[in-house]
Amino acid sequence: MSDAALPLAAAAPARRSSARGESLGVRIALIAVSLLFLLLFLLLPLAAVFVEAGSKGWEAYRAAITEPDALAAIRLTLLVAAIAVPFNIVVGIAAAWAVAKFEFRGKNLLISLIDLPFSVSPVISGLVFVLLFGAQGYFGPWLQAHDIKIVFALPGLILATVFVTFPFVARELIPHMQSLGTADEEAALTLGASPWRVFFRVTLPNVKWSLFYGVLLCNARAMGEFGAVAVVSGKIRGLTNTMPLHIEILYNEYMGAAAFAVASLLAGLALITLALKTFLEWRFGDEIAASRRH
Amino acid sequence: MAAATPLRWREPSILPGFGMALGITLTALSLIVLIPLAALFIKAASAGPADIWAVATSPRTLAALKLSFLGALFAALVNAVFGLILAWVLVRYEFPGRRLIDAAVDLPFALPTAVAGISLAAIYAPNGIVGSLFAPFDIQIAYTPLGVMVALIFIGLPFVVRTVQPVLEELQSDVEEAAALLGASRARTIFKVVLPPVLPALLTGFVLAFARAVGEYGSVIFIAGNVPMVSEIAPLLIVIRLEQFDYAGAAVVATMMLIIAFALILSVNLIQAHARRRFGDV
Repeated sequence: MSDAALPLAAAAPARRSSARGESLGVRIALIAVSLLFLLLFLLLPLAAVFVEAGSKGWEAYRAAITEPDALAAIRLTLLVAAIAVPFNIVVGIAAAWAVAKFEFRGKNLLISLIDLPFSVSPVISGLVFVLLFGAQGYFGPWLQAHDIKIVFALPGLILATVFVTFPFVARELIPHMQSLGTADEEAALTLGASPWRVFFRVTLPNVKWSLFYGVLLCNARAMGEFGAVAVVSGKIRGLTNTMPLHIEILYNEYMGAAAFAVASLLAGLALITLALKTFLEWRFGDEIAASRRH
Repeated sequence: MAAATPLRWREPSILPGFGMALGITLTALSLIVLIPLAALFIKAASAGPADIWAVATSPRTLAALKLSFLGALFAALVNAVFGLILAWVLVRYEFPGRRLIDAAVDLPFALPTAVAGISLAAIYAPNGIVGSLFAPFDIQIAYTPLGVMVALIFIGLPFVVRTVQPVLEELQSDVEEAAALLGASRARTIFKVVLPPVLPALLTGFVLAFARAVGEYGSVIFIAGNVPMVSEIAPLLIVIRLEQFDYAGAAVVATMMLIIAFALILSVNLIQAHARRRFGDV
């Protein structure tokens, strides 16, 4: 209500007004400190990936990313993401629907539990599946007797990846769907639309950009995850090595240029992710601004 | 909603699909997250009090936990200071490349940790572009605890910026102008008028950066050197125990990490809730 008293004062761009500004020297110093900090911790590491990747020339670069083990790692990374991400999309949408469209007891607890994987070390996220399905794990003997491999095989990689990326989609969708309320869906239902039609024609189009935003972050993490998959993979070359694990092996074998060559592919993915993310925030900021941190 | 009859656990709604949506969510949550985490606690507990005590108090475990938690604390402090400055610069100043810098802040979210790890190691090694600047002073960064800090600063950098930025954007200019008109110096205005409402967000960003750094593995192990008792982080110790098929030992270290981390995060949240009750919602 006090907003009405000063409608324009708050809205006016006051970036350069002298009452709010620091002296030019302070301004330049703060900008310089920020840029130096970013240079040391962000920009140099990013640039170094590409510089080191190209340090042995184009032929070596090409060879490093097309040798059979590297190709197998790329295929496996894509496969794991292709299974883990859709799974988390379905669960994330279901979670957001339940949490955002209904009022029920224990809702805050449910939201906290969905966010839980963010506060668990990636290594622990892998460890829990080894404890369950590893050779000496709770289900280990039974799995061995039935010749089923989970740990040190594809299912373990997928489980660990799903665990680590579990919250991404839900936590982008929940605030957006909550802010939209339920009026649109209620109107559609009252007009006789079937529940699935309401979902696909009303709810989903409303939240498509925040969904895409969540999927983007989920996918980046799924393809880049290291700690959790390192624990469950067993690192068998050509079989259970994802791209980040392949990088580790090359690096530990002092094949630095090859390691950076594979790393440059993931760094490229990160740059594409950032570009899309920035575009989404710029273009559809209102819809996803509620959850810019994660 | 609190006024609903006490027998009902959810408000009535004409929207369909609640049962199915909640069912899918709870099933996936239980199978993927809750049951596996429960298995961790059961495994740790099944080691028996004597073994748990032996693992928990072994010098190597304590050194690893100390490095992970103190390292994360230090990195989060560095990020709190520089993240605040960075957020301020991004919100208040206009300069060439500002939008690009703004976008680049999220890089640690997008760049896989293993990639960051080998790259930081290359730069901060004694023969690297930054490491060679420090080598003449006999300061080695990579392969020492300092290297661990560098990786943890990298990984936590966006958290403070991204939590503080929206609060700075929403600050009203009138209080600052009033302070200036009343004769307060610029520095005094900033420390007494501008920063106090930003503090809760800064604390949140600090906790997020800290929580992320405590468990960080991928970006650290390449630059740490991984010398037991010196530069070995707790997540690495878990991996080592696991590779020795010491499942119970791994589970005990992991459980200690989780309990300490949750206790710290919870206490900060309680402080914050208390502050919010006392000073109003910011």
